[in-house]
Amino acid sequence: MATQIIGSTVKRREDPRLITGAGKYTDNIVLPRMTFMAILRSPHAHARIKKIDASRAQKHPGVLAVYTGEDLKKGGVNPIPVGFVLPDMKTAQHHPLAIDEVHYVGDGMAAVVATDRYTAKDALDLIDVEYETLPVVVDGEKATHAGAPQLHPEAPDNVAYYWKVGAGDADKALTEADGVIKQRIINQRLIPTAMEPRVAIADYQPATGDLTLYTTTQNPHLIRLLMALVLGQPEHKLRVVSQDVGGGFGSKIYLYADEVIACFAAKQLARPVKWTEERTENYKATIHGRDHITDAEVGYKKDGTITALKVKTWANQGAYLSNFAPLIPTFFYGPMLQGVYQISNFFVEVWGTYTNTTPVDAYRGAGRPEAAYLIERAVDWVAFELKMDPAEVRRKNMIPPFTSAPYQTSMVYAYDSGNYPATLEKALKNAGYADLRKKQAELRKQGKYMGIGISTYVEITGAAPAQVAASIGAGVALVESALVRVHPTGKVVVYTGSHAHGQGHETTFAQIVADQLGLSVDDVEIVHGDTERTPWGAGTYGSRSQPVGGAAVYVATQRVIEKGKKFATHMLEAAEADVVFEGGKYFVKGTPSKAITFQEVALEAYTAKKVPADVESGLEAISFFNPSNFTFPNGAHIAVVMVDPDTGKVDLTRYICVDDVGKVINPMIVEGQIHGGIVQGLAQALWEGAVYDDDGQLLSGSMMDYALPIASNLPSFETSRTETPSPVNPLGAKGAGEAGTIGSTPAVANAVMDALKPFGVRHIDMPLTSEKVWRAMQKK
Amino acid sequence: MAQLKLTVNGVIYEADIDPRLLLVHYLRDTLGLTGTNVGCDTSQCGACTVLVDGLAVKSCTMLALQASGSKITTIEGLKQDGVYHPLQQAFWDNHGLQCGYCTSGMIMTAVDFLKHNPHPTEAEIRHAIEGNICRCTGYHNIVKAIKAAATQMADNRPLQRPQGQV
Repeated sequence: MATQIIGSTVKRREDPRLITGAGKYTDNIVLPRMTFMAILRSPHAHARIKKIDASRAQKHPGVLAVYTGEDLKKGGVNPIPVGFVLPDMKTAQHHPLAIDEVHYVGDGMAAVVATDRYTAKDALDLIDVEYETLPVVVDGEKATHAGAPQLHPEAPDNVAYYWKVGAGDADKALTEADGVIKQRIINQRLIPTAMEPRVAIADYQPATGDLTLYTTTQNPHLIRLLMALVLGQPEHKLRVVSQDVGGGFGSKIYLYADEVIACFAAKQLARPVKWTEERTENYKATIHGRDHITDAEVGYKKDGTITALKVKTWANQGAYLSNFAPLIPTFFYGPMLQGVYQISNFFVEVWGTYTNTTPVDAYRGAGRPEAAYLIERAVDWVAFELKMDPAEVRRKNMIPPFTSAPYQTSMVYAYDSGNYPATLEKALKNAGYADLRKKQAELRKQGKYMGIGISTYVEITGAAPAQVAASIGAGVALVESALVRVHPTGKVVVYTGSHAHGQGHETTFAQIVADQLGLSVDDVEIVHGDTERTPWGAGTYGSRSQPVGGAAVYVATQRVIEKGKKFATHMLEAAEADVVFEGGKYFVKGTPSKAITFQEVALEAYTAKKVPADVESGLEAISFFNPSNFTFPNGAHIAVVMVDPDTGKVDLTRYICVDDVGKVINPMIVEGQIHGGIVQGLAQALWEGAVYDDDGQLLSGSMMDYALPIASNLPSFETSRTETPSPVNPLGAKGAGEAGTIGSTPAVANAVMDALKPFGVRHIDMPLTSEKVWRAMQKK
Repeated sequence: MAQLKLTVNGVIYEADIDPRLLLVHYLRDTLGLTGTNVGCDTSQCGACTVLVDGLAVKSCTMLALQASGSKITTIEGLKQDGVYHPLQQAFWDNHGLQCGYCTSGMIMTAVDFLKHNPHPTEAEIRHAIEGNICRCTGYHNIVKAIKAAATQMADNRPLQRPQGQV
């Protein structure tokens, strides 16, 4: 029986090292004879490399080696593969260092290894390159137009893939609708900006053939697998270590060229090679997110019922397909356009396109923010056209509560559990919605423009049921592992394939074990981030760690309890069927006074004083948890803004949200995840946007130019929860990492548009900067 | 090479350094004080904030030589006699950090700020840390932590305004 540590706020065990500067981030590692690597990156978005001459750099004092794409190819380094494959996908060769042609500003061309980082950087300036610049395309839709510059011969018209999904008959439903809204809607490109740039340190031991890569990754095992394939390094001779990581948000999932080059160089030089990304380099060389251009058609009836959604989306994938890029605008986007609504008719087409820009892959939310933004804006468009309250249109279309059986959506997925109306009503109540509307009306009379925005999102997490994932194109099973090892004194170490980079697994996973075994959280150690210590696991992204990784911890712990029962049976001299485990003790049913402790059983497991020879010693268990379905967190978010009519400046004054992330292990940590998620999402609505000029130069190429959210532009948040446990894992958890991000972008965008209603504005594209908002207000 | 002499967390150091060496690289690479992180290279994010003669300074945009003769405090020098600084304690108590990468800089900025403003409002706290970027917390719990530390510090000891500062 559980001791209710699950569900309680426990202060994080990670924090003492992090508040004292003792965190183990990759860049802190220093190895004997360590060298430093710097990468020469293309200043052109599209160019032929006519000549590359590194002779001056090679002669520079302190330089140990300079490598080009040809050197890597000759050394047996393979192109970087794509881990999610769609039918008829055209995969362009992505060499870790470009060969013959560069395809975006930031594409690596050569690497210098030197005795220190300053010398390595100096030597980059001594590499002479002759370019022949080529025409450039940066727009995901224009890339498909006739006459557009072509990036890769493998992909005519720059189309990497075409994908579609649908339900019912969207064209017929649109014809029969009372009204149809046609709207172009842009989901702009974002730069993830984890505070810690990427770092890789490769250490090769020629005598044994062992290669260790210390790197800033969210998933060490996936990196090991991909690196083994690219480098030809046997997997059992490759160790990937990723200790403290300073934020990921998706950007640290993938195998990047830089760490491949570091490994190659370390093998060549037989010395450790360190590469530390700079921020301006990060903005070009680390993946971006989002970047959709969409033409949407929404059909509706006079009473507010939405009858059809037809969507064409051009998903800009950048210069190459990053590891999981094709999954994001397809299966994590198309089917999720249904949102929390009973809509039967859909047709969704997606073109994944190559452009001369940084590759795009999963960034916090990944596909679902794009879907939620579109459908949640669409609901508000209908409200706008019908002059209805947006809350009323939502009520009209919402899927009724389903808590005992899954809800089969119109496209692909079955939502696991949810009570969307209750969540919406709770948010409206917490916000004081009716009063807000009254206040808004009064303020409008005074020439003040308040906006109230609602979003009622649902998203998909808990990847993944392995067989389903394989059937749609995943190159690797997204199950998650946990090994629970009990020591003779009853202390426990858990080895997890998940990885924490801010999520607090060292606390929450320990809570799961302590709760089940009747131990203190301090009796449980969590080990993650090292392929040599932990069993194979797919890592941490897509809010999967509690519903999949936490579930593995739970199942393995249950197996430990069962194994312990075998020892307890002999110690209690009872029949196994009569022995129960409650509150950290084994006893014969009905006689708890003669209980033996978990610690006594643990000792017996390693001393065998009472158990006979046919009971195997030791007390540990492993689980590779494969969920039966995805999970579907959901919620209702309400934003209140004031828009200054003189400047167009938007002030976010209140933010109220109610999220259903299923069962919660640690409420403090879940709230923290929601807070951070909200800000990343609303920053897309108001400030953030990666901007390229027509030549493919990244204009928002540093933190000076890319508008990140700062404390003074934000209020504190009014968070709350509803809870419908997920039936697909034993914890009932749905995942909380991305919920805030997915809910907040449309809530804030809807709030701004609500403020602009008196000006007759139905839609303007994000980010809703002062200039755009002010211009929109001048039209009336 | 150039002569550098400075005090870091109470210890005097003398070294012959490359004049272009950044203070943050001197602290991290030469002294091994890796609690101070680099996040942006352009003075926006504040992850590298340390105290130079009591003032919060972004050490990625200062040459080590510019700190010659100064007294530097890094996050490693904040804990006194085995006891956390109230800000460290408050960040822990209030879940004021997630990945922890911005935390050192955020705390050092707040140390300086609370010296000047021991009883801040929420708006003043938010203004004070706008040169420190956190991508994880949405600032909600950081603001809460700084407020809690301010209350705790005001209750426990008189605060001294550093000389020559506003």
